[in-house]
Amino acid sequence: MWKWLHPYANPEVSYHLTNKLLPWLSALAAIFLSIGLVWALLFAPADYQQGDSFRIFYVHVPAASLSMGIYFAMAIAAFSSLVWQLKLADASAAAMAPVGAAFTAIALITGAAWGKPMWGTWWIWDARLTSELILLFLYLGVIALHNAFEDKNLAGKAAGILTLVGVVNIPIIKYSVDWWNTLHQGSTVSKLGRPSMSLDMLWPFIVCFIGFSLLVAVIISLRFRNEILARNSIRPWVRELVKNHTR
Amino acid sequence: MQFNSFSDFINMGGYGFYVWLSFGATALILTLLLISSKAGHQQIIHQIAKRKQREDKLRQARELRKQQHEHRNKELNN
Amino acid sequence: MNPRRKKRLAMVASILIGISAVFGLVLYALSQNIDLFFTPSEISQGKKETGLKASLGQRIRIGGLVVPGSVKRDPESLKVSFKLSDMTMPIVFKDSDITVTVYFEGMLPDLFREGQGIVANGTLAEHPLTGLSIEASEVLAKHDENYMPAELAEAAGQKHEKSTYTDKQLQSKNTSGY
Repeated sequence: MWKWLHPYANPEVSYHLTNKLLPWLSALAAIFLSIGLVWALLFAPADYQQGDSFRIFYVHVPAASLSMGIYFAMAIAAFSSLVWQLKLADASAAAMAPVGAAFTAIALITGAAWGKPMWGTWWIWDARLTSELILLFLYLGVIALHNAFEDKNLAGKAAGILTLVGVVNIPIIKYSVDWWNTLHQGSTVSKLGRPSMSLDMLWPFIVCFIGFSLLVAVIISLRFRNEILARNSIRPWVRELVKNHTR
Repeated sequence: MQFNSFSDFINMGGYGFYVWLSFGATALILTLLLISSKAGHQQIIHQIAKRKQREDKLRQARELRKQQHEHRNKELNN
Repeated sequence: MNPRRKKRLAMVASILIGISAVFGLVLYALSQNIDLFFTPSEISQGKKETGLKASLGQRIRIGGLVVPGSVKRDPESLKVSFKLSDMTMPIVFKDSDITVTVYFEGMLPDLFREGQGIVANGTLAEHPLTGLSIEASEVLAKHDENYMPAELAEAAGQKHEKSTYTDKQLQSKNTSGY
């Protein structure tokens, strides 16, 4: 059933494919992010209650949803690495963890900077904020485990198990605002069918979200490429590549 | 355009500090991550090159020793 | 799939199901404590599922909507009092609503206004005039997930103005030792 995947599961093919994709991804990310950020900062209307502090929405929400999305992708990679022992899945999980951690940190920082003027506090131990903080610790644990062992297969296995255990945190983050009383408000954009936002506020968000997603793809590709080289350093094709690069 | 002047834009209706803190922190973190991820490629290639050099040197030394050894054995036998 | 992989899949899956079950049960057990705040009706009648009630003098958080017309600000200082009622959707205020009065001295968050969701942190007290009340040390604004440009909001009859303070009120803050 996985036969068609076989050629892509070859590290050499994946490395060159990633290399080829990178310039395109980078160009698209740059275009979407610059349009999106200029739109968000200069042209999007201010909120009637929150004024211009509402503009933080345009980095906070993409960062927060990507922090969960990257974790989910990492969990799928960890799962396939544990069950089918795909070495490339391990490499991609290792490439995703630092990116996810960075976006979780961004979500927490921008959330604090938004909470202070609007709610009146930088931080509160409500279910949404606490579970997002736990997500950051999960990422840091996964990164630490990937680096804790000399043997990359063993490291991948340990980090993969932690990743899979941590998956339960994702629905908790997502639905915390519905399940419990929180200071954090409910979700705006993913409300089924009808986002609670006017269109001239929603469009810049969509562009920003695509831009940040593309940037995530760029950074993960860069790191994935590095992971492949580091894990295949004794293969002839890597040796050949290194010779061409350093000459 | 939502702002009449550049200072209005910086001020962000009184929320300038918080808005620029958010956007600044985001830009800083993502730039650092992007640069370190990109630099990692050259670093790894250098590491592998260095390791290969070391291995080559070891192999040469081993072969040299083997040759000397055989040479001495031959002399002794003669 | 070959048998070895099948076994591995089964093992990983069963570990995951086990862990999720444990987490689910723990969360269920904790679910009342994860709530950030009491609502006004929970303060007077106890939590719906457990009947858990806050006692006088206990430090609690209360969350509710500011009842329109109930905000009383002292012109000389930063003292303020207002009534909170349960958050309901859609927002309607009736005279029969259970309300709890909050007393606070300090700057209110920018989003504070009548009809706004508020979370206040303080001690529960029996006040001679208003019954069950909260002596708050912190007032936080809870906003909803709806964002609107100002023009649209005005057209829909919603308007927001920040609380403003006179110099006299602000000075009282400095002299009262904050």
